[in-house]
Amino acid sequence: MTSDPVIKVRGLKTAFGPQVVHDNLDIDVYQGEIIGVVGGSGTGKSVLLRSIIGLLHPVAGSIEVLGKDIIGMSQHELLELAVRWGVLFQHGALFTSLTVAQNIEAPLREHTKMPQQLMDEIASYKLSMVGLPPDAGAKFPAELSGGMIKRAALARSLALDPDILFLDEPTSGLDPIGAAAFDGLIRRLRDALGLTVFLVTHDLDTLHAVCDRIAVLAEKRVIVIGAMDDMLACEHPWVREYFHGPRSRAAGLHKAAGDGPQG
Amino acid sequence: MTAGDERPSFELVTDDEGATVRLAGAWTVETAGPLFQELQLLRLPGRGRLILDGAALSAVDTAGAWLIYRLGREARKNNLAVDLAAMRGPHRSLIDEVAANDAPCPVTPPHKLGAVQLLEDLGKGTADLWREGLKFVSFVGLVVVTIGRTLLQPQRLRFTSVVYHMEQVGVRAMPIVGLMAFLLGIVIAQQGEFQLRRFGAEVFVVDLVAISILREIAILITAIMLAGRSGSAFTAQIGTMVLNEEIDAMRTLGIDPIETLVLPRLFAIVLMTPLLTFYSDIIGIFGGGLFSWLALDMTPAAFIDRLNAAITTDSFLVGIIKAPFFAAVIALAGCFEGLKVSGGAESVGKQTTRSVVESIFLVIVLDAAFAVFFSAINM
Repeated sequence: MTSDPVIKVRGLKTAFGPQVVHDNLDIDVYQGEIIGVVGGSGTGKSVLLRSIIGLLHPVAGSIEVLGKDIIGMSQHELLELAVRWGVLFQHGALFTSLTVAQNIEAPLREHTKMPQQLMDEIASYKLSMVGLPPDAGAKFPAELSGGMIKRAALARSLALDPDILFLDEPTSGLDPIGAAAFDGLIRRLRDALGLTVFLVTHDLDTLHAVCDRIAVLAEKRVIVIGAMDDMLACEHPWVREYFHGPRSRAAGLHKAAGDGPQG
Repeated sequence: MTAGDERPSFELVTDDEGATVRLAGAWTVETAGPLFQELQLLRLPGRGRLILDGAALSAVDTAGAWLIYRLGREARKNNLAVDLAAMRGPHRSLIDEVAANDAPCPVTPPHKLGAVQLLEDLGKGTADLWREGLKFVSFVGLVVVTIGRTLLQPQRLRFTSVVYHMEQVGVRAMPIVGLMAFLLGIVIAQQGEFQLRRFGAEVFVVDLVAISILREIAILITAIMLAGRSGSAFTAQIGTMVLNEEIDAMRTLGIDPIETLVLPRLFAIVLMTPLLTFYSDIIGIFGGGLFSWLALDMTPAAFIDRLNAAITTDSFLVGIIKAPFFAAVIALAGCFEGLKVSGGAESVGKQTTRSVVESIFLVIVLDAAFAVFFSAINM
């Protein structure tokens, strides 16, 4: 983690009318790490993600992704950069009129020139990589369960072999077994493909299982960033409440950090 | 997509023991298409061993790894022993990763032979049409029962909702319905004048305009505008609520969706359509009168005189009696198709199209039935 950050946000200010979401927010994400962003509801976790991928325009500040400043970029330049990241939206956002395999092929068709046979083959191994059975390829999104939709959407976000993967609450709405499998999947893909993963979540188990570093959003900025041990040692009341609350005990955080008297 | 500058390439070198393929450059998703085509043309030797030498590769992603894996797979089919020892570590693990996921999947649902598919579609279509018909009839029955219950307990009717939809369906449709009726009035007068002048019977333009507008044109244009404007809106609104699970939520909360969603729309449109029809009667005849005045030099007084002679109360009634029936058909088809939405956004569009086509079709069929009925009773 000595290299330049892949994502570098400085002095970010976003607002919707008079309501300020972020003020003077800084965050760095390094090559090959999985960073988890947490925060209470309404602290702008998804807004941060959407600002970094250029869907929202901040009021002030700078956002550099892969060494390029995305603020003030033309739509065309942004599109060129956007093929180097993949985004998993909270509800999958699969195209309902296409089958799962066609969904995975959609970005390939748009951004590369390759014969149909190769596209079909790429869709097949991506599908298998995210742990879906082959027969899911010809199904329409409406025929899939929630967990399968997330996996299919993950396969689509990986279609162009991105450098950075943005995940918006990847495990929300999944059962604990499905969520744990998804956590394992993200880690394995990161290791296999050398991805950098920016993950917005509420799930303590996910934070514990996959994240190298955690950033906590509160008071319109990142109040603390670091490994799980740093979170447990942090004295900020919200962070204490979050990482020492009843649900964190269930997630086994305290044992992991060697401070288990409450659990 | 990893940025790699070097052009990807490969080179086949054969020797006594088999062959070596030297890979170089960036093998990524951007370059995979042309590489795939070139690799198809590669002729591998029939036996021995194949060394895949990746020392000169600058960048590899999963698409590139897949092409390299494919090359090895082809070679194994040719009974060649594949040697990956000369691949660099990270590239090798990528190749292993894609190799572990070699599981071909179907891309589209299976297609049958053209003629078989056609026959199947025809049969399915016919059966669906019958089933849809039955469902529509039972929906109408359900609505009638709900109306009956509401008549017994009038306080259950969502009065605010009815008024809201009356505004949406009726008041807000006035500009467009008026414009349509006005233009049609002019067109009928102009076309009629052109034909009737040859017989020196221009004065009958008034009869033509008044009778056709009152009996058919005003109600039909109103019904068609409502089907396009309001019937489609009903389908889209209710359909989106279905997708959002709002209808299920209503059912679990003991709120009857027919009572809360269908009845207010039905009552609003049934109340407003006769009023809109009356309004387009007036505007249509006004359009015809204006044309007669400007183009035929028929004074308004003469026009009204002729109008009095030409029409009877029956002409007006024939049009206006049909209005509530057409309105009910539009509302029922719109709500029925809306409740049938399932799956995703595409379904909302499909059902909305169906609702508009269905209601216009039913309106015209009903109009024909009314024509037969009215001529039988000499109206």
